[in-house]
Amino acid sequence: MSPRKTLATTHRVLRQLGHDRRTLALLFVVPPMLLTIIKYAFQSEPSKFNQLGPMLLGIFPMVMMYLVASIATLRERTNGTLERLMTMPAGKLDFILGYAAAFSLVALVQATISAVVILGLLRVTVMSGALSVILGALASAFLGTSLGLFTSAFATSEFQAIQFMPTFIFPQLLVCGLFVARDHMVRFLQLLADVFPLTYSVDAMKQIALYADWSTTLTRDFVIVLAYALLALLLGSLTIRRRQ
Amino acid sequence: MHVAIETKNLTVKFEKKFVALKDVNITLPAGKIIGFIGPSGAGKTTLIRCLVGRQKITHGSAKVLGVQAGSAKLRGRFSYMTQSLSVYPDLTVRENFSYFASMLGQKGAAKVAMIAVVLEQVDMTPQADRLVSGLSGGQKQRVSLGVSLLGDPEILFLDEPTVGLDPVLREQLWDLFRELVTAGKTIVLSSHVMDEADRCDDLLLIRDGKVLAHASPKRLRAQTRTKSVEESFIELVGEQHESA
Repeated sequence: MSPRKTLATTHRVLRQLGHDRRTLALLFVVPPMLLTIIKYAFQSEPSKFNQLGPMLLGIFPMVMMYLVASIATLRERTNGTLERLMTMPAGKLDFILGYAAAFSLVALVQATISAVVILGLLRVTVMSGALSVILGALASAFLGTSLGLFTSAFATSEFQAIQFMPTFIFPQLLVCGLFVARDHMVRFLQLLADVFPLTYSVDAMKQIALYADWSTTLTRDFVIVLAYALLALLLGSLTIRRRQ
Repeated sequence: MHVAIETKNLTVKFEKKFVALKDVNITLPAGKIIGFIGPSGAGKTTLIRCLVGRQKITHGSAKVLGVQAGSAKLRGRFSYMTQSLSVYPDLTVRENFSYFASMLGQKGAAKVAMIAVVLEQVDMTPQADRLVSGLSGGQKQRVSLGVSLLGDPEILFLDEPTVGLDPVLREQLWDLFRELVTAGKTIVLSSHVMDEADRCDDLLLIRDGKVLAHASPKRLRAQTRTKSVEESFIELVGEQHESA
């Protein structure tokens, strides 16, 4: 692994996105747009939106980055570029980490825009402040990127990769505490929620919204989300084989 | 004679059943254009993938430049152009070259200079800053070939490099191949177009995972008392059927 080659990969992925303005626009515009819709959907219950808004900001970046990352790496696996790269003197980690860094940078912009919109325009109050919101959204995006890089290895077509979203992401979404509070769910769903990473991303946002102080629970949430993300990146690099 | 490639009883089976290559024993010279000729599905790509280290060998051995194929020591000493385009359509020609050059460990002014040379070699200087996706099929093919010229490799493995090119362009590429070989490089290319075989220095006729013949085009024609490699091929397949 070499920092120069990792950075070259990051630069290359960003250049690709730079030539694809529409994808960039979608990444930056869609989360604020969805948040705005939900705000007005809950117009009669503003306190509900104040609670839901931050939680959703723990979810949208993950879902969007998951899709972008899994399709990007799937294309790389199917169009021969990965085949070519694997015969070159470059490490698998140069490839994986380069991708992760590129998408994290995009996610930083996305998180900042979303935070400005949700706190400024949509007037949601969070106790922990704007910086924590950005960090939470960023962690969510990083998790999505890593899971996307990993699970795309099991897809042999774009159709499958897209279907992996309802397969891998929706179950996490259903039990993460957004629809039903976790302690109100049956035991086995609680257990599922306990092992799903999205639960902790959403919980982190909840903590950020409710408490001004950085609690140990919040630290735990961040550590778990990052641990899952790093694990997915590691597993992702294992799915890239030099020799098939 | 300097040996570029040597295989002993090289055998590849897919899923333990289908035999893609069977007991291939070849010694190929350095500094020549070597053609792997045969119908599609014959095993040409599998043989190339063994030599570049992408394909697991079931038994037997393969050496490239005296080193076990697939060894990390070889990376950077050869290049591999896959049958699919294996460049990024959403980057410009120059961005593609720049990324792959970085992954080969090139940097700074030397990298910039090398890219300029390769752009000239594949005659893409006027299109250097255009997106690959907007280029014609032949131009894309030349971009992919250009990537294989980066980093001054000793051996170029080119899987069907001239497929789909117009006759004028093909002529230009063959001139380039001849130039490269004169400069001391070894070119291994595959083709299912028999009339290209006559332009190689050394030929392997491959069918059903077996090497039917290995000789220069001239000797092949003399041995089979035919006027073209195509006729030799038909003659040899006929003999094989008679002896079977």
